[in-house]
Amino acid sequence: MKRRTLLAGAALALIKTAAGQVVQTLAPGDPTKTPGPPPSTLGTRSGFEQPRLIASDTSSRTPLQSLMGIITPSDLHFQRHHGGVPTIDPFKYELLIHGMVERPTVFTLRDLRRFPSVSRICFLECSGNFRSGKPNMTAQEICGLTSQAEWTGVLLSTLLREVGVHPSATWFLAEGSDAAVMTRSIPLHKGWDDAMIAYGQNGEALRPEQGYPARLLLPGWEGNTNVKWIRRIEVSDGPFMTREETAKYTYAIGGGKFRQFSFEMDARSIITFPSYPQQIDKGWVEIQGLAWSGRGRIGRVEVSTDAGRQWAPAQLHGPVLPKAHTRFSYLWQWDGRPTEIMCRATDETGYRQPTLSGLAAARGGHTDGYHLNPITAWEIRRDGQVFFKPEKWK
Amino acid sequence: MRCLKAACRPASISILLLLSCRRAPERFGFGRPAAAHEIDSMAIAIRPDGRGLPRGSGDAVTGQVIYAAKCAACHGVTGREGSSPRLVGDTGKTIGNYWPYATTVFDYIRRAMPLNAPGSLSNDEVYSLTAYLLSANRVITEKTMLDSARLAAVRMPARNLFVNDRGR
Repeated sequence: MKRRTLLAGAALALIKTAAGQVVQTLAPGDPTKTPGPPPSTLGTRSGFEQPRLIASDTSSRTPLQSLMGIITPSDLHFQRHHGGVPTIDPFKYELLIHGMVERPTVFTLRDLRRFPSVSRICFLECSGNFRSGKPNMTAQEICGLTSQAEWTGVLLSTLLREVGVHPSATWFLAEGSDAAVMTRSIPLHKGWDDAMIAYGQNGEALRPEQGYPARLLLPGWEGNTNVKWIRRIEVSDGPFMTREETAKYTYAIGGGKFRQFSFEMDARSIITFPSYPQQIDKGWVEIQGLAWSGRGRIGRVEVSTDAGRQWAPAQLHGPVLPKAHTRFSYLWQWDGRPTEIMCRATDETGYRQPTLSGLAAARGGHTDGYHLNPITAWEIRRDGQVFFKPEKWK
Repeated sequence: MRCLKAACRPASISILLLLSCRRAPERFGFGRPAAAHEIDSMAIAIRPDGRGLPRGSGDAVTGQVIYAAKCAACHGVTGREGSSPRLVGDTGKTIGNYWPYATTVFDYIRRAMPLNAPGSLSNDEVYSLTAYLLSANRVITEKTMLDSARLAAVRMPARNLFVNDRGR
């Protein structure tokens, strides 16, 4: 608590936040009887709003159930690091592009910012974004490794033209300057299509957790390929078979085979209200959620309020952007009887979000960790309490 | 009059475009040429055919000593136990049953291991550790001396496990 905030006449007290936690903040007296604090040099959240990531040793998950609209506040963007968060001096930062190019070149951050810039809103999702198993799980725990930002940077195609790519090149390696010096091989066509070297996030410089001062951004592709703290791009005539694209981020598809180089994130959606641990009252309920696809725009979202027997179209809230979280809603009059609610997304390519059993059937009975985008069901109990309904498929 | 209008309009539009929005040049000339020595010092990635492997060599016996000192704390005494990913054996996804290329073992150890001191191992140490892990997984014999040519020639048991996603 800042001294001048206290000087303004308020006292500290324990209060309950909108999410139900008890925290210490300014005592809410009569705000019309005491002048509040003066203008500040940095805005803050209301003390009544304290959304938090859930952090583990390997990742932090976005509180999807607390978000409004389609942008994830930068400090609530999910995190997945492979060697911790490095501190990089922007004045010493350099990006080397070499390999099958005519002019191997080193770009400083200032160089990158001199090129024509682009901004786009798109989601970023870890391909390991699925947890299940028990009823008392939040949307954040089940599906919190997806977030969305407005990213600003230079198109990679601009840089590829600058260095002159050899006509027979087909892939490039992206390498980070974290302690894992993490690498992924990327098909070159993505570099010519919509890949970016991003240096901005939601109106300011990237957060360190998101790759400050510059990262690779591959709209719609699995999070791990969007290499953060990028220091080197090596243009090549094949993939490098790095650890992250062989031993990791590969998954069983039956017949003793494993799928590799799954880049696009399939269409997915989740209801964020009502969801565990919320409780609803009988009467009108606006069901709300997010839908997205790595292949383009969301075409439609359907909602079922009778455990998947009947489906009705949800309303999509604009803007409906390609490869972007899209908010949807569905007005429902709950009659007070126990039921299950769920949603499924279809993207503009016609791909429809599957059930977990559908995914398992397509993969020879395996659901071992990556690229799982099943329909998520919530159970509404008689008292209005909402619980996750894990799908049993075996 | 109608004809004149139709003739003028496209011309005036293109003049406006020229004034307000110049086409991007083929190159901007930003950035500086990379010197060969700085590329050499940074380009540490190893290809599956062995391109990029440095000079040096190592064997499993030497590797086992380094493993015990620098790896066993996380990966377990035999590479089967411990808190970090299992490296050895047939249970779970190990180097022996899941890694399709031996070059990846060298590349990954050299860039990212050990976790508390990444990039601290010499090329000979990395060759030795790679030899130890391949030998513990019975991919090579304990006596095999690994260098760039021999490592590139190793064929992993998991070589044909993987299929490319065709993107449905």
